[in-house]
Amino acid sequence: MFEKILIANRGEIALRIQRACREMGIKTVAVHSEADAEAKYVKLADESVCIGPAPSNLSYLNIPAIISAAEVTDSAAIHPGYGFLAENADFAERVEKSGFVFIGPRPETIRLMGDKVNAKNAMREAKVPCVPGSDGALPESPEEIKEIVRAIGYPVIIKASGGGGGRGMRVVHTEAALSNAVIVTRNEAQAAFGNPMLYAEKFMENPRHIEFQVLVDEHKNAIYLGERDCSVQRRNQKIIEEAPALDLNSRMRDKIGSRCVDACRRIGYRGVGTFEFLYENQEYYFIEMNTRLQVEHTITEAVTGIDLVQQQIRVAAGEKLNIRQKDIEPKGHAIECRINAEDPYKLTPSAGQITRYHAPGGPGIRVDSHVYHNYTVPPYYDSLIGKVIAYGENRDQAIARMRIALSEMVVEGIKTNIPLHLDLLHDAGFLHGGITIHYLEQLLAQHNKQG
Amino acid sequence: MDLRKLKKLIDLVEESSISELEITEGEERVRISKSGTGIPTQLAVPAVAAPAVISVPETNILDKVKEALPAGHMVNSPMVGTFYRTSSPGSDPFVKVGQTVKAGETLCIIEAMKLLNEIEADKDGIIKAILIENGQPVEYGEALFIIE
Repeated sequence: MFEKILIANRGEIALRIQRACREMGIKTVAVHSEADAEAKYVKLADESVCIGPAPSNLSYLNIPAIISAAEVTDSAAIHPGYGFLAENADFAERVEKSGFVFIGPRPETIRLMGDKVNAKNAMREAKVPCVPGSDGALPESPEEIKEIVRAIGYPVIIKASGGGGGRGMRVVHTEAALSNAVIVTRNEAQAAFGNPMLYAEKFMENPRHIEFQVLVDEHKNAIYLGERDCSVQRRNQKIIEEAPALDLNSRMRDKIGSRCVDACRRIGYRGVGTFEFLYENQEYYFIEMNTRLQVEHTITEAVTGIDLVQQQIRVAAGEKLNIRQKDIEPKGHAIECRINAEDPYKLTPSAGQITRYHAPGGPGIRVDSHVYHNYTVPPYYDSLIGKVIAYGENRDQAIARMRIALSEMVVEGIKTNIPLHLDLLHDAGFLHGGITIHYLEQLLAQHNKQG
Repeated sequence: MDLRKLKKLIDLVEESSISELEITEGEERVRISKSGTGIPTQLAVPAVAAPAVISVPETNILDKVKEALPAGHMVNSPMVGTFYRTSSPGSDPFVKVGQTVKAGETLCIIEAMKLLNEIEADKDGIIKAILIENGQPVEYGEALFIIE
């Protein structure tokens, strides 16, 4: 087992990883920018190294600084968290070449799944159902593109192969808008990802977002740990996630889960990962795979009782999985609310000092947050300041517990989206369950119109 | 005993209920004592080297450390790595205390990811203090030299 792990991230996930390490008796090194020098997990780490000034590209995205920090602290492994360099195949490669273990998949696997066209091809070969589309990159010729899109049928969504996570995509409803959309998306893709390759997919009007969690070791053991429903999204960002997903035919779900596991074996996957699907009319359509730990891993932990971060570390250390597929029996229901430092309806970010902080608690409540009383939320990074997870025997109890927890929670000095969460937890559509990925945005649009 | 280590020791004493701490390292000895009134305690004088005794009131020991540093412009590390005073083991150090340097002159090397990076003076002046020991790891923003 590793003696020391360097945590190449910040915020709530850095604290989460640190907790897993501490429980396993592993020393932690916290790297941080100048803006995060007072972070809770920095103070609690065995060692900390300042790697740069506040801007991410000079600190948390600064590969030489991070590897250098691992060198001077003699760390054995690097955990990339999520975001930042977590899905950067070059980073994974350089970490390994420098003699450290990268806690995640192999660089080649990250590269494969990071190219969304190649990822879909790999999934099709593994008989994982995909969203119907161009089945490959769009050619250069506008005529050929027109033909391809006609065959798919409008509306379509044009996506950047190097994108993902909601970035680099554009919906096209009519043929008249097609060529312009392609040009603009291609330029965006080149600028943002250095890769102008595009593909097209049928745009699904009212799907749910259902994703499957997998865990794979280096000894050919691969399992899936149930699914999550992440349909409560705005601007392609999830804000509430639930496990399990309501009303899924269990046979179908298990079939998809098995196909994901098979796909993992085929591509030589390692570690934790998530297969994302759009689900409509009881059919699953693969969109992309995330080759990292996700923000919402917590709700899977709640219903399966498995510590995913510890499993990640164990797999990276070469250990065999100590769980088999038949040991996975999700119980109860878990909901996660992402607490963001932002105006609940305008969505404008709200950095600054938290002048009064009080975390909720009680049965079935878990709070994953790095903030504390008088902590200053820096303006340089994303707005996630914490996650509240409510667990209950069933969905009703989880919802009841979450309402109570959020009503107890105090975060003053900055704005948070707690009021939005409370509104959703009383919204008829949300309470009924099974809402689709456009629901929240429609709700927000309505609210802002009335406002 | 370098100033960084000394500062850490002072922090330790300040944060704990220890009233007096004496450390011997080779031929160097340091005694740090906390006193309410700021009256220096007795010096212990060994045969070979005089120890440095820092006696401080319970408030603001760090200010005392800063006072102990000469005035001037701090040259801070622009990267994470290992600090070296020489271009290779056994050669002469790039600079010594008291030496006059010009902006652009190499002061030290910071090794990061197997690459040796030359760190240059960002102003003309005289080296007043060298704050890091040869071979010590440094983080981004850490003070390396004082130039006046």
